Amino acid sequence: MDKTWNNKAWFMVLPVLLLVAFSAVIPLMTVVNYSVQDTFGNNQFFWAGTEWYEEILHSDRFHAALGRNLVFSFIILAIEVPLGIVIALNMPRRGWGVPVCLVLMALPLLIPWNVVGTIWQVFGRNDIGLLGHTLESLGIKYNYVQNPLHAWFTVIIMDVWHWTSLVVLLCYAGLVSIPDAFYQAAKIDGASRWAVFRYIQLPKMNRVLLIAVLLRFMDSFMIYTEPFVVTGGGPGNSTTFLSIDLVKIAIGQFDLGPAAAMSIIYFLIILLLSWIFYTVMTNYDAER
Amino acid sequence: MDLSWMAWTVPTALFFMTIFLLLIGMAVWEYFSPGGNPRIGILRFETTRGDRLFVSLLGAAYIHLAWLGLVGPNLWWALAISVVYAVGVFRFV
Repeated sequence: MDKTWNNKAWFMVLPVLLLVAFSAVIPLMTVVNYSVQDTFGNNQFFWAGTEWYEEILHSDRFHAALGRNLVFSFIILAIEVPLGIVIALNMPRRGWGVPVCLVLMALPLLIPWNVVGTIWQVFGRNDIGLLGHTLESLGIKYNYVQNPLHAWFTVIIMDVWHWTSLVVLLCYAGLVSIPDAFYQAAKIDGASRWAVFRYIQLPKMNRVLLIAVLLRFMDSFMIYTEPFVVTGGGPGNSTTFLSIDLVKIAIGQFDLGPAAAMSIIYFLIILLLSWIFYTVMTNYDAER
Repeated sequence: MDLSWMAWTVPTALFFMTIFLLLIGMAVWEYFSPGGNPRIGILRFETTRGDRLFVSLLGAAYIHLAWLGLVGPNLWWALAISVVYAVGVFRFV
């Protein structure tokens, strides 16, 4: 094959490479170094080999947090992706409604994560919060501080409220890029609403959905701030996800070695799952 | 430049040097044989040389973790399996 690349272009990539090196690669290398050592105060390190990895791999606490995180990511993907598609399909394409809907959809995304957590912490309280008080009035004993099921419900609803907009905006961007000619052709063929969605809109949204699923998966798998503010990982450990557990080990217990080993395993899980998502969805797209 | 905060050890330095040398090797390979040699292997989707290196390294990481979790801390056999796996990936994927 002939050489088609302009190698001078690599110099243009150099600043990004340096940025990534300092923000990601060097910290990651440091974490690998920490993961094979025991750390004491005053920067004293002692070789521990694979001890921390074995400890984490055999830890029931890690398995439980990983399980909770996978269930959480599955639930929010199962809710946010279909809901985002439905909302995007029903948003107006012309007129004054477009900017109104876009601004309303963008609002939750603009709120800082810890503020979202605080909003839902207050919202869910049954003495002063609208959600908690309304559920109490309906006769439902709602208490996210003491009941694990209620804590999960609150964290999931909060995430859906916060992030469905991202899926909506991405899907909407895919939908508005479809030329009118496609819809006219479908109308001439007498295509049903479902057929239009299945054979015109969904294929056109495929790429943006790939991005949406990847972003939402990675973000939900790394979720920390919102559940930490609302439930603090409780009641018990019922909403302690991997990142919350990691921070407890690293900063709470100051066990940097096990925390670093856990970070590496956590990173490898995200890398594998993201690669599987990306490969499956891009190949599905290519086959079409 | 003081890099003591990174807590370097000889084994981790060797590990990263190996990865770095692999990347340089891939760049040299690409220079002499441009295009990444895309092909469809046993996974039934197109992979380039870079994809195959990624799959090999990721697989090697999981082989080592599985060995640690299921067998024990002696990782030489895990390394041997990883090399065989990587050869297999570059040959068949």
